[in-house]
Amino acid sequence: MKPTRWARIHDRGDDLRYHLAARDRAGFTRLLWAEFTKFRTVRAWMIALCAAAIAFVLLSFLSAFESRAPVPAAPAGPGGEGVCDTYMFVHRTLAGDGALTARVAALSGAHTPLSPTSGNAFGVSSKGHLGSQLQPGLAPWAKAGIILEPDTNQGTAYAAVMVTGSHGVQMQYDYTHDSPGIAGPVGPSSPRWLRLTRAGDVITGYDSTDGARWTEIGTARLARLPRTVQIGLFVTSPVYFPAGAGAPTSSVATATFDQVSAQGDLPRRSWTPDPVAGFYPTVPSASTWQQRSAGAFTISGSGDIAPLVGDIISAQWAGASIVNGTIAALLSVIVIATLFATSEYRRGLIRTTFAASPRRGRVLAAKAVVAGSLAFAAGAIATAIAEVITRHVLAANGSYLFPQSGPALARVIIGTGLLLGLAAALAVALGTMLRRSAAAVAAGTVLLVLPGVLGSQSGNWLMRFTPTAAFAIQATLPRSNLVTSAYTPPNGYFPISPWAGLAVLAAYTTVALAAATWLVRQRDA
Amino acid sequence: MRGSLHAEWTKLRTLASTFWLLLATAALTVAVSAAAAAAVRCPAGGCADDPAKISLTGIYLGQAVVAVLAVMPVSGEYGTGMIRLTLAATPRRLIVLAAKAAVLTGLILVTGTIAVFASLLAGALILPGHGIGPSHGYPATSASDGPVLRAAAGSVLYLALIALLSLGAATALREAAAAIGAVLGLLYLFPIIAVFTGNASLSRHLEQIAPMTAGLAIQATTGLNSLPISPWAGLGVLAAWAAGALVLGGMLLRSRDA
Repeated sequence: MKPTRWARIHDRGDDLRYHLAARDRAGFTRLLWAEFTKFRTVRAWMIALCAAAIAFVLLSFLSAFESRAPVPAAPAGPGGEGVCDTYMFVHRTLAGDGALTARVAALSGAHTPLSPTSGNAFGVSSKGHLGSQLQPGLAPWAKAGIILEPDTNQGTAYAAVMVTGSHGVQMQYDYTHDSPGIAGPVGPSSPRWLRLTRAGDVITGYDSTDGARWTEIGTARLARLPRTVQIGLFVTSPVYFPAGAGAPTSSVATATFDQVSAQGDLPRRSWTPDPVAGFYPTVPSASTWQQRSAGAFTISGSGDIAPLVGDIISAQWAGASIVNGTIAALLSVIVIATLFATSEYRRGLIRTTFAASPRRGRVLAAKAVVAGSLAFAAGAIATAIAEVITRHVLAANGSYLFPQSGPALARVIIGTGLLLGLAAALAVALGTMLRRSAAAVAAGTVLLVLPGVLGSQSGNWLMRFTPTAAFAIQATLPRSNLVTSAYTPPNGYFPISPWAGLAVLAAYTTVALAAATWLVRQRDA
Repeated sequence: MRGSLHAEWTKLRTLASTFWLLLATAALTVAVSAAAAAAVRCPAGGCADDPAKISLTGIYLGQAVVAVLAVMPVSGEYGTGMIRLTLAATPRRLIVLAAKAAVLTGLILVTGTIAVFASLLAGALILPGHGIGPSHGYPATSASDGPVLRAAAGSVLYLALIALLSLGAATALREAAAAIGAVLGLLYLFPIIAVFTGNASLSRHLEQIAPMTAGLAIQATTGLNSLPISPWAGLGVLAAWAAGALVLGGMLLRSRDA
């Protein structure tokens, strides 16, 4: 069918629009190329950019090299994650299905004296035998209860029901899973009955306030559980972070069990005491037990059964080296990107640039894209190299390295590149707005670095609402609600999620670029 | 020397930006100090916070403006080519540098005194309402008090030394962006690296030699035993950095073509 005249005109209009759009695209590409040429041909900037990448890698290497904190490797749990597995275990062998019931009549705790200086739990507990100087205090995650596991190896699968220092009754299994039972502390006026049953692969936990009315807390399915398992009473007490103390300290908990009764096929009549020892910092010789009668025990233990998080062991967070490298590169990137914008003003080149491309917003956009892309490339490459080097150096130093997934590693590499790229674009915007190099570099540094100086020790709101929030993109350590720890930036924890942190920086950059675009259109060049 | 002083004073005085930067130094220092004081929460008392240090938090930001101000007299002259005229008029180049240093120091001392005492005043008005005051067992923060007076006077000297450090860096590097980047890098990089270093003794050494962490030890009025470096020794470290930068700048100024 022949097209009508109107349709042909319409087609021609589309053609025209298409051509204009194509010319626009070509125009912006040419602009990008022009800006790239301007950057590329200033040898000092290219050298400075390479120097920034080298400084990144070098500083990462040095801070990894200088961290001397050899610790025994933490065991891996059923999911491959690092775990703590240190406790006092009084157990019997159970063949096939069965159950164990016990009443916890009391739970008390004590910790080693506090050190006024900051440090880690290892530094405190290694000062020797402190048994006579213990101070009373029950750790919030002190645990006492019933546990079932295939063996007493480090990192083995398990299911347990327990009373805790200040988190009520809990059922936990395989280190990371948790369901709450009866709330409130345990004491002479509020004893807790606990029961753990096994039926095939399924372990069920129950609790009760009177031993008559039972409530199911939860179930756990432990895959490939052998027929013969160990079931018994356990007590443990983790590193204690008393309010206001500079450093954590190891602690011990003591539980009074009575009305202990077992059902099922338990081949041996006697109980076996077993201080399950791991790498975890403990109070020396704190693992004790006493059988007061057939079904009554007093057990003390020190340690933790929990996922491993940062700062519990004195291993340096591998990413801390990367943060140091990034900060060094960040400063150079701010200077280079600012100069990229301000030097045109100083030399008057900006008038030629604007005469050649009168759409000033697009010139600014091209500058931001060029500076941002180059900083991104330098940052991503430097991070990738620094990651490989620091992990090798830390491993050679004997530091424990948390297992790191491929996607997390990719996020750190791409994210650090984006951090530097966005910072460069922000610096271009500031340079365009302020036109003076000194003021613009100072403004960029104050926005991107100063909040880190003031807020990185504690990880306060400055690390959430200023451009420094973007450093959260480098966080890789697991965080757990089941462990009390210092979740602060130096230990690898940021007060904002990784991509949200980067989005904060992106928002600042967008606002600054918009303001610069508006200004550059308003002002005479 | 007097002629040089007069010339430098005229050059600095007649720049509109000098006034605005001095105003920004004072205003930002006081504003950040007041905000930091208002952000403290210690309802029960017994916090480990140092009232004088909180009241002077603004110095962290104020020093960046001081650095910009102190870089301008040299970098600005290099940028416009004015430096050749200045050096032609006063061929003894170190005299030029000394005159610039003297004029800058005088301006910063005056501005810094205003900013520091206004910050302390703001802190004294705000902090008692947030649980840090005489009613909570803290000594009253009066500027006539020994340690507080030392913190206040030391903070003013700190700003003056930052200005001299920046002047030296600018004379050595000439380019404003590079000079300001170097100065702020020197100031802000060390503390962050100290925080993110797994080696506690290295971290303490870094805090002892870093110009900012050592210099700001002068602000401490409580917990003096746990400081990485004693207050006046810390200010001495910063003075050494500033002297080093000025000597390097002076040597390069003498030996290089302008």
